[in-house]
Amino acid sequence: MLRLVCPHCGERSVVEFRYGEIPTVPEEMTDPAARDLDRAFMRTNTEGVVTERWFHEAGCRRWMTVRRDSRTDHVLETVSRSSGRPSDRPA
Amino acid sequence: MNEFVERRVKLRFSEPRRSYDVVIVGGGGHGLATAYYLATRHGITNVAVLERGYIGAGNSGRNTTVIRANYGVPATVRFYQHSLELYQRLEAETDRSIMHQEKGLLWLAHTEMGLRAERARARINTACGSETLFVEPDEIKRICPQLDLAGAGRYPILGASYHPHGATARHDRVVWAYAEGAMDRGVDVVQRLAVNGIRTAGDRVVGVATDQGPIEAPVVLSAVGGHVTSLCSTAGVRLPIRTHPLQAFVTNHYQGTFEAIVASTELLFYASQTARGEMLIGAEIDRQPSYSYRSSFDFLASCSGRALALLPFMANLRILRQWTGVCDMSPDYTPVMGETGVEGLLVTTGWGTWGFKAIPAGGEAMAELIATGQTPAMIAPFSIDRFASDRTLADRGSSGTH
Repeated sequence: MLRLVCPHCGERSVVEFRYGEIPTVPEEMTDPAARDLDRAFMRTNTEGVVTERWFHEAGCRRWMTVRRDSRTDHVLETVSRSSGRPSDRPA
Repeated sequence: MNEFVERRVKLRFSEPRRSYDVVIVGGGGHGLATAYYLATRHGITNVAVLERGYIGAGNSGRNTTVIRANYGVPATVRFYQHSLELYQRLEAETDRSIMHQEKGLLWLAHTEMGLRAERARARINTACGSETLFVEPDEIKRICPQLDLAGAGRYPILGASYHPHGATARHDRVVWAYAEGAMDRGVDVVQRLAVNGIRTAGDRVVGVATDQGPIEAPVVLSAVGGHVTSLCSTAGVRLPIRTHPLQAFVTNHYQGTFEAIVASTELLFYASQTARGEMLIGAEIDRQPSYSYRSSFDFLASCSGRALALLPFMANLRILRQWTGVCDMSPDYTPVMGETGVEGLLVTTGWGTWGFKAIPAGGEAMAELIATGQTPAMIAPFSIDRFASDRTLADRGSSGTH
C-alpha cells in the first residue's frame, strides 16, 4: 500500500488522502476544441514519474504536490501546496 | 465430462513470422477470443497473437471470474447479456471444459438509495432482455443463508436485485479454450515476445515493432491490458484511459457451501466461493493510477472488515493469498472498442473491472469488425467517438466493483 508523508502531519496511509490529477494536454495539440476534449477525457496515463496532487482529507486538509513513479508507487518528492514546505523524507 | 479430469490441453506455440494479415497484441482472453472467432466464424487464419509473458498472465489470470449482465444502460446490458449467453454455450462450442457454473448473483441494498438503485437495475435489465428480479430480505436469506440480514447492526440488508444466471468460470480454462481453438485452425500464438510500438506510414498502420524486429500487418488490434496507453501513444493515439490497481484475496477452504455470488456497492466488496472451496473476495480499485502490482495489508484489513459485516462466518477463515491486477478505467465505466483514427489500428480496451465477462462478446465483435470492416451494431455505442460527440454511457451498473 502506498504511504504518503504529509509535510504537516507526517507519514500516513493513502486511505487518508484524496487523489488529485493534473491533466496534461500535449503541447503540439493546438486546436482549442481538441484541447478541451483532450483535457476533459483523454489521459496521458504515464508509465513512469508523474506529478500529482494529494489532499490530506483526514488530516490537515491541505493539498500537497507529489512526484511518484507509477510503475512502482515509489514517491520521490512531496511538497506542501500552501507553504512550499517539503516533507522531511519523500516516503 | 468430469471437469477436473479431462483431456489435456494441447497448446502449440509458434515462432513469429515476418508478416501476417492481422496482428493481435496481447494474449489474454480478448486477444485470443478475437483470434478464435476470426478463424472459426470468418476463416481468417493468417493471424498472430503476440504475448509479452505467457498467455493469460495479465488481467485474464487476475480477475475474479464473475459473469453477469446486470448493468445500468441498455447498450451495456445487451452486450453483456450476449456475452453471458456465449459463455453458457462455450463448452459445447469449443468442446473444452471451462468449469462454467451458474450461481445466481445478489446485489445488496443497505439504504433507501441502494433500494432505488437495485429496483432500477431489475427494471432496466428486464426491459433489455436480461433476467434480474428485485427480492426481499426473506428471499435473500433463502438464497444465501450465511448473510447477516442485520449487517452487524450498521449495514442492514433491506433488499437486493437477484440475477439468476450470474455465473463464474475458471479463467485459465477460458484462455486455453480460445487459444487451443485458434491454434488448431492455424493461428500463431507467440509467447515471450514484447511489442514495443505500433509502426505507421502516413495515416495507416503497417505493423508492430518487437524485441525480435518488426512484424508487418495491415491490421493491428491492441488487446493489451494495462499498457494500452503507452502502446497506442506510439501511433499518436490518445485514449480516455487511466490505469488503476485492483486487489483481491482468497481464504482457505470453507467447508460449507456458498452457492451465490454476493455483492454490495455500499460496502465495496463482493464474494463468491471458488471450485476449490476458497472464499474469493474482491473490491474497488485503488485510488491512484498506477502500474504497480503490489498488494497491501491495509487493503486486507479494510476489505475483510467490510466483508465480515455481512458474512460473519468468514471470521473463522484465514487468508490464503492475495494479488493485484491493473484495470484500464474509462471515464464512463464502459469499454472503448473499435477504430482509432489510424487506418488499420483497432483497440479493445477500457475493460476496467468487467473484462472477463466480456471476453466472448468482445472477441466476437472485434473479429467481425476486422473481417467485414463494419463496426457491429452491438459495439457501435462503445466507439471512442462517443466522448467528442457527447454520447458517453455513464454506467452505474459497472461502477460498483466487478
